[in-house]
Amino acid sequence: MTDLARAAVPHSRPHRRSRRTPITWVRGGGLTTLIFLLPMLLLFGAFSWYPIARTVIMSLQHTNLVQPATWVGLDNFRTVLHDPLLPKAVENTAEFAGLALIFGYPIPLIAAVLMSEVRRFRGIYSALAYLPVVIPPVVAVLLWKTFYDANSTGVFNTILGWIHLGPYPWLQSQRTALPSLVLESTWANAGGTVIIYLAALTGVRRELYEAASVDGASLWRKVWHITLPQLRGVLLVTMILQIIGTAQVFLEPYLFTSGGPANSTLTVLLLIYNYAFGNSLGGDYGSATALSLMLAAFLAVFSLLYLRATRSWSTS
Amino acid sequence: MKSTRRATTVTVAVASLLVLCASSIPSAAAKSGSTNAASAVTISVASLIPGSTQAAIDQFNAQVGEFVKANPKIHVKSVEYQWTGPTFAAKLAAGTLPTVFTVPFTDARTLGDNGQLADLTKEVKALPYFKKFNPAVLAEGTSSHSKIVALPTAAYAQALHYNRSLFSQAGLDPNKPPTTWAQLEADAKQIAQKTGKAGYVQMAKDDNTAGWILTTQVYALGGRMETGSGTKAIATLNNPQTVTALNILKKMRWTDNSMGNNFDYGWSDINQAFAAGTVGMYISGSDVYTNLVSASNIDPNIYGLATIPLAKSKKAGVLGGGTLAAVKPTANAAERAAAVKWINFFYEQPLISKAQAIRNAQTLVDGKQPVGVPALPIFNKAQYDLANSWIKPYTNVPQAQMKPFTTGIFNQKLIPEPAASTQSVYHSLDAVVEAVLTDKNANIQQMLAQANSTAQDLISRGT
Repeated sequence: MTDLARAAVPHSRPHRRSRRTPITWVRGGGLTTLIFLLPMLLLFGAFSWYPIARTVIMSLQHTNLVQPATWVGLDNFRTVLHDPLLPKAVENTAEFAGLALIFGYPIPLIAAVLMSEVRRFRGIYSALAYLPVVIPPVVAVLLWKTFYDANSTGVFNTILGWIHLGPYPWLQSQRTALPSLVLESTWANAGGTVIIYLAALTGVRRELYEAASVDGASLWRKVWHITLPQLRGVLLVTMILQIIGTAQVFLEPYLFTSGGPANSTLTVLLLIYNYAFGNSLGGDYGSATALSLMLAAFLAVFSLLYLRATRSWSTS
Repeated sequence: MKSTRRATTVTVAVASLLVLCASSIPSAAAKSGSTNAASAVTISVASLIPGSTQAAIDQFNAQVGEFVKANPKIHVKSVEYQWTGPTFAAKLAAGTLPTVFTVPFTDARTLGDNGQLADLTKEVKALPYFKKFNPAVLAEGTSSHSKIVALPTAAYAQALHYNRSLFSQAGLDPNKPPTTWAQLEADAKQIAQKTGKAGYVQMAKDDNTAGWILTTQVYALGGRMETGSGTKAIATLNNPQTVTALNILKKMRWTDNSMGNNFDYGWSDINQAFAAGTVGMYISGSDVYTNLVSASNIDPNIYGLATIPLAKSKKAGVLGGGTLAAVKPTANAAERAAAVKWINFFYEQPLISKAQAIRNAQTLVDGKQPVGVPALPIFNKAQYDLANSWIKPYTNVPQAQMKPFTTGIFNQKLIPEPAASTQSVYHSLDAVVEAVLTDKNANIQQMLAQANSTAQDLISRGT
């Protein structure tokens, strides 16, 4: 290897790094970096790492958070795994995630592609798409509750009444409650994804489209052969984020239906909430934290497997 | 690079330890409470439910002013409060409940046994009227270790609230509310058919209210949800009366179509729906008229109150309940003493002192709040009648329209809520009620068996 080649590969000389001492570290700006990092480290410690540590500890305890806790080993995990509501909650969560993926995943992409094609008022379309994200989630749910009112005076039932349909018990039927939540969730969250796709679309080189146009490609072929491959990195990331997000869905089932009717919208996170706060005597915080850890472990493993499986597709 | 990483790791570890230590060191200020050298004490007290009218708020503030005037060293901070299972549990765990708050009969004893309420035995026994408490009612706030952890403030029986206006519109006599379940079903059907409104509705939310009302129905039919007590209690949720009660609901919902379109009512929204005139009948506590006025502006002319129809069975009875005032477990001695003074002033004196009863009634009348809402005695019956006679001139509730209840309730057998794991029993039943109201083909027997198994497991674990 020539001297020039050695200079170009500094990491191939580990013996030089090992000579660094705390003094050289300070001189090299390490201390300054740490001082700048410290506030964030403290914040993370207090609000992220400490709660995680407490969660692990509490999952092995029986406590009402008022009296001293007692250690119960893995009893909380056993209790959760034997709960007949757990399979129902997992099934509902998977169904929610699946429906959100089928409806909620392509819609923002289609919207972004269409919006990137329009030449006028693109800003207005972007603002309109993003507007639901700006509305506070609780307000949005209250708004949609009036849409879903089971009476013939509800917004959706009124509209359907014009064509002699309904009234339908949107949230009060075990069959339609969960899809109704997915619909609202898609409306509420699509805007953020649209903006991400729009930003990613600006990175697609125009020459590719121009070359395709010269070759006589249709809009669909341009989308299929240029847009989607160019966006695949972003698409993979948004998909995993959406799956993780929907696996932790809580707000919609809690505010719309409290998990009903007859547990048809009970999700894993709502079950965790019910363990902790469903009983006014002070909840089963041990089981709640045990299920939280199980969910976190599942999502971590799922994310790793997903990233490994899709590594070859990613642009990175 | 390696050194940097190592140093960062060490720093992170030290910082984490510091945070852990800082978090685990109890605040000195928190320990010392809110007293100071001048022996002044500040307590926070549960006031009105969120959404109360300005008149109700003004009336409450006037009472606080009166209390502070009589106790200048006690500062009172009022906090909006409404007991609901989930919010109470969260606030209890987080330590954010006010110093004085209310809990239902359902929970007080177990909360006391779990050390989640302050021991008020010494302060309560010093009250001059202590011996006048109805022992059975006081027992609801006494732990198994004979510690008084809560003071009864009100007792009620479940009752049938009905809309007299809808009764008239449907061609029914508003002075003759139903006295049997068959008649209730028929009246509900007639109201639905003639007015287009829901003839009968029922709380059916997954927040324990669905199970609470179903238990009321089962008691009325002569059934019970459990036998025995404590963790040895046996769940009997799948008894024949529960099946009958659910079949009655099923018929009204799917055959008679007399229950309207909403099947997710909770305590507050069913009151709102009733006050808005969209509901013919529903079951709730006999004292709910106060909420109908203060939070929902009900037109008093439409209001009717009756006893719940009881089956011809020796075991049939009406579910009773009530409210107790309690103090948070972290209160120090000065705060406990001030809290009991407030409980005495705000909750007990209107029932025990003529002057205070009249003053309280006058303030309520001035604030356009109801006086004379039907309740059950928490002191002995003689004291109850006496207190009612003091406020008679101020009574502003439509008493004549409440006569079907006030004349009938003392003939009904009052049955306390299930003693073991009450909220868990109710919660296990929630899904069954929801299923019957939202699924025409719900398998009642199968769902009840599942609910019974779940409830039994929770009872055995004492949760």
